[in-house]
Amino acid sequence: MTETFGAAIDRDFGRVGLSEEQADLLEVATNFCREKSSIESVRELLMDDRGYDAGVWREIVELGWLAIAVPEDYGGVGLSIAEVVPVMEQMGTAMMASPFLSTTLAAQAVLAAGTDAQKEKLLPKLTAGAVATLALMEGDGHWDLSKISARATIEGDKVSLSGVKHLVCDAEAADYIIVSVLMDEAPALVLVEKEALPSGALRRETVIDETKRSFTLTLNGVSVEKSALFETGRVKAALDHLHLVGSLLSAAETCGGAKAVIDYTVDYLQTRKQFGKTIGSYQALKHPTVDAYLQYEQARSHLYAAAHSFGDQGTGEIATRMAKATADTALTYASDRSIQFHGGFGFTYDCDAQLYRRRAAWHAALYGDAAYHRKRLADLLF
Amino acid sequence: MTTVDQKELDEFAAGADAWFRENVNPDPGFMTPLTFMEVGTDQQFDYLRDWQRKVYEAGYLGAAWPKEYGGGGLGDKFQRAATAAMRRHNAPIMLNAIGLNWTGPLLLDIGSEENKKKYLKGILSAEDIWCQGFSEPENGSDLGNAQLKAVRDGDEYVLNGSKIWTTLGSYAKYMILLARTNPDAPNKYAGLSFFLAPMKIPGVETTPIRKLTGEYGFTQTFFTDARIPASDLMGAEGEGWMIAMRTLEYERGARGGQAGGYVLTPFDAFEVVELARRVKRDGAPVLDDPVMRDKLVELMIEAQSLKLCQERGKVAPLVQDNPMALPLSGKLMMTEFVRRASEFAMTMLGSRAAYYVDDPEAVDNGLWSRSYLNAFSATIGGGTSQIQRNIIGEHVLGLPK
Repeated sequence: MTETFGAAIDRDFGRVGLSEEQADLLEVATNFCREKSSIESVRELLMDDRGYDAGVWREIVELGWLAIAVPEDYGGVGLSIAEVVPVMEQMGTAMMASPFLSTTLAAQAVLAAGTDAQKEKLLPKLTAGAVATLALMEGDGHWDLSKISARATIEGDKVSLSGVKHLVCDAEAADYIIVSVLMDEAPALVLVEKEALPSGALRRETVIDETKRSFTLTLNGVSVEKSALFETGRVKAALDHLHLVGSLLSAAETCGGAKAVIDYTVDYLQTRKQFGKTIGSYQALKHPTVDAYLQYEQARSHLYAAAHSFGDQGTGEIATRMAKATADTALTYASDRSIQFHGGFGFTYDCDAQLYRRRAAWHAALYGDAAYHRKRLADLLF
Repeated sequence: MTTVDQKELDEFAAGADAWFRENVNPDPGFMTPLTFMEVGTDQQFDYLRDWQRKVYEAGYLGAAWPKEYGGGGLGDKFQRAATAAMRRHNAPIMLNAIGLNWTGPLLLDIGSEENKKKYLKGILSAEDIWCQGFSEPENGSDLGNAQLKAVRDGDEYVLNGSKIWTTLGSYAKYMILLARTNPDAPNKYAGLSFFLAPMKIPGVETTPIRKLTGEYGFTQTFFTDARIPASDLMGAEGEGWMIAMRTLEYERGARGGQAGGYVLTPFDAFEVVELARRVKRDGAPVLDDPVMRDKLVELMIEAQSLKLCQERGKVAPLVQDNPMALPLSGKLMMTEFVRRASEFAMTMLGSRAAYYVDDPEAVDNGLWSRSYLNAFSATIGGGTSQIQRNIIGEHVLGLPK
């Protein structure tokens, strides 16, 4: 039927493709994440200060996953962000907690705008297990990373920082934090070593997704060497790039979550009985579950198109924003319905549906929700 | 594919492109049907029948069907190239939809040699129009309960009962027919048999049904002691349900083998964007209205979803969780998309959405409203969207019946 209908859209906004490396990573990551991140261990880590299992993190490092999108010159594997997508997706399915996303994004920041010296110093460490993160967001809740109020001022040999950054993921675990600031009214990126922070600079934020660790970073009183500045001429483009990489990987984790919560819902619908019938036979539950599933299938198609097309001028951004918007919508709907379809149990903390619904809210809050990406898409498409 | 094959394919594609550029008439002077379910006048029927024959004779239909049955004997890639050329030049639809997409693939897969020789060429040339007799007035979604009786009498079966929603019913020479040969079978499915039945025989009458658009497009078909040869039975008695389900898989795109071309006009979401540029709301193009703009983006994303799902369906590692999910979902996703997209296009028209086909004030001669109303033919026909959700829920997700 679809073939006989023909294409509903006749322009190139990205295509689905899968490299051999992506396929291999998908398989390995599926098994690893399933094995190392059972829902019981996810639950245990909710209460844990660090929020992830250090042993599992070491294994992730040993698997070479932090090196995937780092060039060979800097100790990496020399693939692209497309190959990170299946890994992130499977971590999302298993709700595996780790500073993988933060560190991957930080490495991309170094690649995009770091000086040669910074690349040589940092990238081999980041591929070998040092934790790093980005501090790009601020308090007024917008996703345009070029709107910055934190500041950097050069004072002699030093760069002195001020202002406050929010939603700095995994900051407590991080060795390095890459912070966006305004310097001479232009955006700048600066590397801050965690040990250089005065005590009290980090405040753990209480966030809706309890699997995540996030912090407010107060920069007042922090100063760094001039060599900590990234290349100023490349910062603006780097911030745009990081917004898209962040959106893509966020879409991957979100999409993986949608798969998991649908499986979780279906499992309940196959076993729970009411009025003498298995409740999955009721169309009031069956049909919306199918709708959620199809949204997931569509989001996954977008995800692998975005991964495949990410580097293409123009289409990469369109494909990525479509992937983020559809993943956001899919997990939001699937997890919302999962709570509802679990009835009274769905309202309890013990029901895993809440984990996924909170996860959806988290990802919608980071890198832009579906409506935001659609708004940006309007200007790209029309 | 060798370089020689590639060269042959490239030449074929270029030939097809030139042929359709040359031969598609952009304005035949009357409204051409957008789908095979919208053929309402003899003028439309004759036009589309001639067109299909012309395309077939040029070698651009059935290119992948075997030569000995009238096909082109080439690979699938050749037919896909021809179909792409049709789309590029906005060619009219292929008329003989049931034959090309259902009967043909079915015969090629499990038909007898004799029947392949007898039927396939006439399907391609549109000489023999086919229709489908599955639904009955009292048994629509519950197809397995079909009650039309086929009683064996010597070398014949005697048919009594009625079929409904018979697209092209008054024009068809043959019908693929689901009938009850054994009312006492252990279950309702086991009593059904599948026939390749002639239509132009005594005891078969068709009555046109008027659609919600006011047009005609299909019939109710009445069988009163109609006698057909016993050799028209396909498979064995009692295998009707299995064969009928197989034909539905061709329709849902879960099985290949179709002759090519399209029987429903391709819906390009960008035509809706163009409309949004042309029509105004509060003095400015609809495209500048932030609310409508967001809805348009949603439409674009969904259109792209359908395309990407087709692409992903071909990448094995990305569908191994559930290989049947995308094939079984295509019909639901596509038909619901077209329905919502044309509904949205209609609502964009502001006060002019009040006009309908043929009023001089109607935008695009009422095309959008008519498309919306007609879109239900696909969300209802071939198994309603609700039945599709049951199928996906039960066969893909494993939910209980």
